[in-house]
Amino acid sequence: MRHIISILMENEPGALSRVVGLFSQRNFNIETLNVAPTEDPSLSRLTVTTVGDDRVIEQITKHLNKLIDVVKLVDLTEGNHIERELMLVKVKALGAARDEVKRTVDIFRAQIVDVTPSLYTVQITGDATKLDAFLQAMAPVGILEVARTGVSGIARGDKVLSL
Amino acid sequence: MELLSGADMIARFLQDEGVEYIYGYPGGAALHIYDALFRQDKVKHILVRHEQAATHAADGYARAAGKPGVVLVTSGPGATNAVTGIATAYMDSIPMVVLCGQVMSHLIGDDAFQETDIVGVTRPIVKHSFSIRHPSEIPEVLKKAFYLAATGRPGPVVVDIPKDMTAPTERYEYIYPKKIKMRSYNPVTRGHAGQIKKAVELMLKAKRPVFYTGGGVVTGKASEGLTDLVKQLGFPITTTLMGIGSYPQSDRQCLGWLGMHGSYESNMAMHHADLIIAIGARFDDRVTNNTSKFCPTAKIIHVDVDPSSISKTVRADVPIVGPASSVVNEMISLVQGQSISQPEALAEWWQKIDGWRAEREGKLYEPSKPGEVLKPQEVVEALCRVTRGEAYVTTDVGQHQMFAAQYYKFEKPNRLITSGGLGTMGFGFPAAMGIKQNFPDEDVVCVTGEGSFQMMMQELSTCKQYGVGVKIVNLNNASLGMVRQWQDLNYKSRHAQSYMESLPDFHMLIEAYGFTAITVNTLDELEPALERAFANKHELVFLDVKVDPFEHVYPMQVPLGAMRDMLLSKTERT
Repeated sequence: MRHIISILMENEPGALSRVVGLFSQRNFNIETLNVAPTEDPSLSRLTVTTVGDDRVIEQITKHLNKLIDVVKLVDLTEGNHIERELMLVKVKALGAARDEVKRTVDIFRAQIVDVTPSLYTVQITGDATKLDAFLQAMAPVGILEVARTGVSGIARGDKVLSL
Repeated sequence: MELLSGADMIARFLQDEGVEYIYGYPGGAALHIYDALFRQDKVKHILVRHEQAATHAADGYARAAGKPGVVLVTSGPGATNAVTGIATAYMDSIPMVVLCGQVMSHLIGDDAFQETDIVGVTRPIVKHSFSIRHPSEIPEVLKKAFYLAATGRPGPVVVDIPKDMTAPTERYEYIYPKKIKMRSYNPVTRGHAGQIKKAVELMLKAKRPVFYTGGGVVTGKASEGLTDLVKQLGFPITTTLMGIGSYPQSDRQCLGWLGMHGSYESNMAMHHADLIIAIGARFDDRVTNNTSKFCPTAKIIHVDVDPSSISKTVRADVPIVGPASSVVNEMISLVQGQSISQPEALAEWWQKIDGWRAEREGKLYEPSKPGEVLKPQEVVEALCRVTRGEAYVTTDVGQHQMFAAQYYKFEKPNRLITSGGLGTMGFGFPAAMGIKQNFPDEDVVCVTGEGSFQMMMQELSTCKQYGVGVKIVNLNNASLGMVRQWQDLNYKSRHAQSYMESLPDFHMLIEAYGFTAITVNTLDELEPALERAFANKHELVFLDVKVDPFEHVYPMQVPLGAMRDMLLSKTERT
């Protein structure tokens, strides 16, 4: 099953490589990875999506917790949560397809953020399935470049991941 | 306020931390530190002949003393030479602090002379690592390094120190940090009371219980409590290789050790048990054999200070995260005044175990006949007699390691010093050196083979420099015995690269360093040679004992089988 694990870790050099290294060293998967400092500059928040059965996920969270730089973590998929990913896509926009792309962008509540005579640059946010669906819809028109941030997430309700 | 250079801070910190010996080898990036050590006389530096030996010596000391061993090496090759020793300590959870010189910070990343990203290289084999970014950080970082190395599940910590951080001209305030707090590191201090209660209830009801205890009991200093608990309950106990001595082996309740080359009765008892009480052990593949066939009728209680060890390879029914000593003590207080609910079942269980014992009694190996070449097993048995089972025994890796563990009877923890997890050839001799320097009045013996010994034999020179009186028992079968055994069993005796031709004349080699060497060929020469070797505690003596190259280590678990599936000799199997 797919899991989204969010980690608060010390904003120290080498902390990221310890987390990433752990996954390859112990033969765990990383599907997406997203990391940035938080409102507290001494802490970074890293979100990773991974796939594994319960035993594997238990080992992943235990080993992550063991890393000295990891302060706290949560498996967001254990409860209700909000999941978002941002994607920037360059698609061909020529002739009749130009209008078609615009209509699809509106249907997906995406935005065109840059324009040239021959292409649109589209910005879209949502969960991973929505982004995948948009790419599928754009495929016949011609996708030129894709930049995805990887998943970020947060728990719904009162639950807070903080110190 | 005291102002010190980074290098002087390191020397002072080591003094304040109570470090007596450090093991190392100088080089450009570490020279400021070496100069600071030169200008003081409390911390003694032992100059090894190869950095790997520095880590093994510090490791040996750490295992014997239960305190972090300390290593100092220079950047680049100095640090990479230490890698095998760091990995060895990591796999066996041994506390160690490794100080590595590094090129000046403005050169880092430029492929400077003797530059290696040692923090990167060692990342998967350390508990944690630090890079010093300002000299003023040194006292706090070093305190963190020692604290991390020794607490929770112990392990090696690397501290990378760019040369400019130790420059003699830059001075900063030095205060020894007595305590340290880290928001991201809070090792558990006791187990969950409810889980412990549940475990004790299962223990009192068990019909066929076995304790299975490991290195965590030794490093967690829980042997005394464990011995009490096991005696109160009257249960059998088997230990891992790393746990040997955490319960006295001469006691009837001790079945020896378990796993690939463990005792017949240990492996049989594990397979038939209805309750396994694992403490400070990690269900390693050399213990469990095939996990899908592992102990089919047993419920499993697993106590470990590291939660990631629990349910890693074998699912625990009652997981308890906590230090072995406090959990064992809580178990004792719950067991006290209680009696087991099925004493007849336990008596029956013991009958079964005694039956297994009797089946194998005296069938473990064929002693040599007069005039024949010696069996390695009888050499270890004689060694045990001569040293009254009280020596610190270090080993290298291979057949001799298994024979040492099988035939030397250990009564105390920390006495068998062996590379269990990583299986590092070359470990034994430098480890013995580290122990002997710190325990000069004890007998310290390295049981080795001619293959392993040649990996670290340059340390004879270190022993000469510091007058280290270790004894070396070289079980010389002129081949890499364990490799050869596997080739006999799995490759139709095609002995690819497992012979040792062109061996040196060990007698002459040892004498070249000014030490005594004794060659032993026959049984009647054996005990007198051992007596002579151990007569003087402060003299290094090397026994070159010629042993049977055709001997195999038995029992040996059958690959992919259950615990009980064992080869018992070249012709028998369970």
